[in-house]
Amino acid sequence: MGYVAVKGGQDAIENANKLVDYFRWRGRTQPIELDQARTQMRLAVDRAMGEGSLYAPAHAALALLQVEGDTFEAAFHLRAYRATLERRYLSETLNTREMFVIRRISSTFRDIPGGQILGPTRDYSFRLLNPSLLNASLGSIEKFISDLRDEIDPAKLHAMTTYKKVIDIFLQEGLMSRQGRSGEDRRVFDVTKEAIKFPVPRSAALQMLARAETGALMCMAYSTMRGFGMSHGTVGELRVGDVPVRIVDRRGRLRYVGKIRVSEAEMVGGAGRGAAQSPDQGRGARRAAGPRYSIGYGLCFGQNETKAICMGMVESALRNPNPDNPANNQEFVLYHTEVIEGYGFTNHLKLPHYVTFQAGLEGGRRVARMNEAKGKEVTVSAGGAEENND
Amino acid sequence: MIEVPKFQESFNYAYIDEFTKKEIRRKTLKAVAVPGYQVPYSSPEMPISRGWGTGGLHLTLSLVGPDDVLKVIDQGSDASVNACNLRLFVKKMANCALTFDTAEATLIQTRHRVPEEILTEKQILVLQVPQPEVLRGVERHEAKTRMMHAEADYAKIWVTLYEAYVRSGALRSGAGHPIMVNGRYVATPSPIPSWDVPNLNMARCLYLFGAGREKRIHCIPPFTRVEPLEFEDIRFKVEEFIGIKCSVSGQDKAFMDQIYADDFSRSWVINDSNFLDKVRQGPRPPQRLFANPE
Repeated sequence: MGYVAVKGGQDAIENANKLVDYFRWRGRTQPIELDQARTQMRLAVDRAMGEGSLYAPAHAALALLQVEGDTFEAAFHLRAYRATLERRYLSETLNTREMFVIRRISSTFRDIPGGQILGPTRDYSFRLLNPSLLNASLGSIEKFISDLRDEIDPAKLHAMTTYKKVIDIFLQEGLMSRQGRSGEDRRVFDVTKEAIKFPVPRSAALQMLARAETGALMCMAYSTMRGFGMSHGTVGELRVGDVPVRIVDRRGRLRYVGKIRVSEAEMVGGAGRGAAQSPDQGRGARRAAGPRYSIGYGLCFGQNETKAICMGMVESALRNPNPDNPANNQEFVLYHTEVIEGYGFTNHLKLPHYVTFQAGLEGGRRVARMNEAKGKEVTVSAGGAEENND
Repeated sequence: MIEVPKFQESFNYAYIDEFTKKEIRRKTLKAVAVPGYQVPYSSPEMPISRGWGTGGLHLTLSLVGPDDVLKVIDQGSDASVNACNLRLFVKKMANCALTFDTAEATLIQTRHRVPEEILTEKQILVLQVPQPEVLRGVERHEAKTRMMHAEADYAKIWVTLYEAYVRSGALRSGAGHPIMVNGRYVATPSPIPSWDVPNLNMARCLYLFGAGREKRIHCIPPFTRVEPLEFEDIRFKVEEFIGIKCSVSGQDKAFMDQIYADDFSRSWVINDSNFLDKVRQGPRPPQRLFANPE
C-alpha cells in the first residue's frame, strides 16, 4: 500500500530541518547563550513577548535564538507555546499609577508634575554605526557599570516614588471626562478564548492591538496622520517601567505574583470630532463647556514605544468609525494587524495549490470549448483565480 | 545547554489543553446541530502557521484518541510535504495510528479534496478552510455577512453567479462552488473542485470544516441535503476530463492532475494518491461517479 512519494515528503522535511541547522552553524561561531540574548537583545525580546502575547523573557530569548532572530517566527513560537498553557487565574487590573518608572515623557505640556524623565532611549542619539562595540568585553562592561555608579551621588537620590498621570491635569481642568461614551460596550472580552464579533467591545479591540504586529500598527497609525485620517494625536504621556501583577487566590486573598515591564501611551485625541461626549450634553452645551479631549490608549509588554504610541493612535481612530479610512475601520485594522494570522496566511501561498488551480483551469477551458462550439467571440476571464477563495 | 526546569515541560495529550478542547467540541456540536452555520470558536495558536491547516488541526486534535486511525491528505495526496508534517505532529501529540488507506481511517484531515472512495458512517472528514465566509467575495464586512446569513439574504451571491454566466458562459469556474446546506445556509465547501461537491450530498460520513485563522467551524452532518447553487436552466457542472486517461493506471473516472515532464510534455494522473494505489492493485474501490450531462 506504499505510495513512494510519501517517504519523499518526510525525507524532504527532515532534510530541510537539517539544512536550517546547517545554515545556522556553518559559520562555526560561538553559540549565543540564552542569557546573552535575553539581556543584550532586550528590545527584540520585548517585541517578541508583546506580539507573542506571553510575558516570559527567557522563553522569548530562546525563541529568538531558535529562529535566528526572525521577529514573526519568535512571536509565533511564543503564541504556540502559550496555547498549551492552562489559564488558571485572571490577574487583577494592572494599575500603571503604581509603575516603577524608568522613562516618562509628555509632549502636551512643557513641565509635568514629577518632571519629564528621559530614561533609556535612542531618540536623541545619532544613528551612526559604532565600531567600538566590537571591543566590548566583560572587563569593559564592569568598568562602565562601576563608572556609572560612581557618577551617582547617593545623597541626591530621591526616595522610590510613583508618579501621578498627565491625564490627571486634563481631568482636573475639566478637559476630559471619566465617563465612558454612551452606549459603549464595556464588557471584558477575552480574544484568546472567543472569536471576536463585530462591532467588538473596546476591551477586545485593546487586546487585539496589544498583540498586533508592531510594523502593521505603525502603518495604520501613520496613515491616520498622513492623509487617511483626521487625527494627529499628541503624546499625553508615555511611560515605561515595571508594574506589579496581582491575582486573587482561591481563598479570596490578593496575592502579588511578580512584576512585568510595560510601555504605556495615553494619546490625546483632538478636541473636534474625537472629543469625549457626555451623554447628557447637547452640542451647544458642550461647546459652552470648552474643549473636551479623549484618550487613545496604548499598552504593550516590554519597552516598545513605537507600538504603544501607534496603538494609542489607532485605538483613538477606531472609536471614531469612518468608512473612508482604513485605520478608522475596526474590521480592517483588527483582522489585518494580527501578526500570526497575517504571517501564516501570506506564507501559505507556498503550499501546493494544484487541485484548486486545476479546477480553475478546467473551468476556463470548458468555457472556451463551449464558446468555440457556439462560435461566439467572448473573452474568457482567467478561470477561478479571482473567486476561488484561496 | 538549558537546564532550567521551565524548559522541560511536556505537552498535554493532543497538544491543546483540556478546557480548550472541550470548548472546541462544544462548538463543533453546535455546528452539527445547525448545518452550514459558521460557529465562532477560540482557535488557539498552533505550532504550525495560520493558513496551513490550523482549523483542521483544532478539529482533529479535539476529536482524536489513542484508538483512532488518522489519515492526512493535502490536495489529494498523502505525500504532500504539509500533509506529512501535520500527520507527524498529530501522531507525536496523540499517539494514534496512521494510515494512507482511505477505508481504514476513522479520522481524515484533508485540504482541498474529498477522497474519491465513498466514506462511511464510521468516518469523519475534517476539511481545512482558508475562508469560511462564502459571502466574503460579495460583502467584505463580517458584521454584514453574519446578518445576511441570519436573514437568509443570498441575493448578492445569486447575482454574482448570474453575472459570471453572462460574462463567461459558465456559472462559475474554479474550486469552492457555493453550496446550500439543508436548504437553509449557503456555505463554502472549502476550495474543493466541483468534482467533489456532489459527494457532500446525503453522505454517510460527518464533514467538519475548520477555519483556524478566521476562527469558524461549520459542518455537514450525515444524510444532509447539500445542493450546489445553480439555476433551473443553467446547471452546476463538475470538471470534465474529456478524452483524458490516467497515464499510470489507464483509468479515466477520477479527478486528474496535469503533470509536466522535463521536456514540457503533458500527461495526466489520478489526483487521489490512495485511490490511485488501489486502482492499480485491483478491484476499484466504491466510488460515486457523476453523470456529466450533455
